[in-house]
Amino acid sequence: MIEAVVTPYTVPVDMMDALQITILVLVAAGATAVVLIRERVRQVLALSVYGVLLAVLFLAFQAPDVTLSELTVGAVALPIVLLLALAKMRKREE
Amino acid sequence: MRPAQRRWIFLVGAAGLAAFYLWGLSGLPGFGNYPGPYGFIINRIAVGQTNATGVVSTINFDYRGFDTVGEEFILFAAAAGVATVLRRLRGEREQSTVDEAADRDVPTTSSAIRMVALLFTGPVVVMGWWLASHAQTNPSGGFQGGVILATAFVLIYLSGEFLVLKRFSPVALTEVVEAVGAGGFAAIGVSAVAMGLPYLKDFLPLGTVPGAVSSSGTIALISFFVGLEVAAAFILIIGELLEQTLLIRQGGR
Amino acid sequence: MQYFPFVVVVWILCVGLYGVVTSRHLVHQIICLIVVQSSTYVLLLGVGYLTGAVAPYFYDVPVHTPAVDPVVQALALTDVVVEAAVTALLLSFAIQAHKRFGTLDPQELASLKG
Repeated sequence: MIEAVVTPYTVPVDMMDALQITILVLVAAGATAVVLIRERVRQVLALSVYGVLLAVLFLAFQAPDVTLSELTVGAVALPIVLLLALAKMRKREE
Repeated sequence: MRPAQRRWIFLVGAAGLAAFYLWGLSGLPGFGNYPGPYGFIINRIAVGQTNATGVVSTINFDYRGFDTVGEEFILFAAAAGVATVLRRLRGEREQSTVDEAADRDVPTTSSAIRMVALLFTGPVVVMGWWLASHAQTNPSGGFQGGVILATAFVLIYLSGEFLVLKRFSPVALTEVVEAVGAGGFAAIGVSAVAMGLPYLKDFLPLGTVPGAVSSSGTIALISFFVGLEVAAAFILIIGELLEQTLLIRQGGR
Repeated sequence: MQYFPFVVVVWILCVGLYGVVTSRHLVHQIICLIVVQSSTYVLLLGVGYLTGAVAPYFYDVPVHTPAVDPVVQALALTDVVVEAAVTALLLSFAIQAHKRFGTLDPQELASLKG
């Protein structure tokens, strides 16, 4: 199936890195935080931090392309769109 | 239905959903024991067949290019939907927005923000173009490059040059660019059909060195068009949302 | 320990659904939808991971190094960008609802007619 290639860094099979476990726990905590915060602007900022955490998780899963996408979209473009919509709605209330 | 009742019903339902989901996921071969043959085969033959070293981009634009056409048109439709819904809103409001904010004090942008934003706009645009046109070598591609180009637009807004912004990105031009991007992608596929090959087959010369910029045929071209389209779609969306705040700010100056 | 990422996937999904069900503001609901969708990215990438393998880019690694599955990465990649545009569409509907009905509470909006 796969030709055996000796790479300089070998991981014992069936075990995960400490980094991956840490980031997974942080992502779970981040998702809980995003849902439980109820003020609008603070939730958008929590979503931005959650996007960065997800990007680090994808990097730990050996996926640099998805990391780039998640960083630009989840930490920059999505909070911009959300904050602009919130500002538009608040302007209408006044 | 009381909120507390709703919460309890949801918790019971969620417990059942989580139990079934976990039971289903436990049938997978575990994390890190990917068994499937498809990934191994593609990793082995992609570089030889397409002369591109970025395998994910070859899958996106060559092996499964048809799915990418569909996703791109989802993006196109979403941007068109936002424009439709919000433009009627803007039309109704424009009549009544004469001086609602005349008494509000518009804070001037501080010089620090203005300088940093203006300094960064050029490098961000360059990086966006570089990412959009190098899909076949590095972890890059049309989608990421397009979003980064759209954020350069927002940097201009942050630096306080509203009027330049309005003149710089007329809505008609953005829509034309987006249509060119989406249509260009579909047109490349159709021109392959015109030559008697299957839709979206790679028909340009593949180049000699794997991973060079001019290698891998249509993949680089498609990635460029996708970058155009994604950038234009996001600029359209953000522009529609910005339009209202721009009007009020102009009235308040 | 082999199934820990999948437990996290189920947790994120349930937490997001809880947010959608018990929400009192449309924008909060939309953000919880984003969280639910992010659980699928983690699931996709978790399925395709191979221990001890590198990223599937062969620019400076010999072609036959074991690499992780590139197909799920391609799926997740386009998914992330398209999600942002669809969220913008949802937000424009929320703005329209705010203009029409004056309220953004989904539980009040559900009882409005016409």
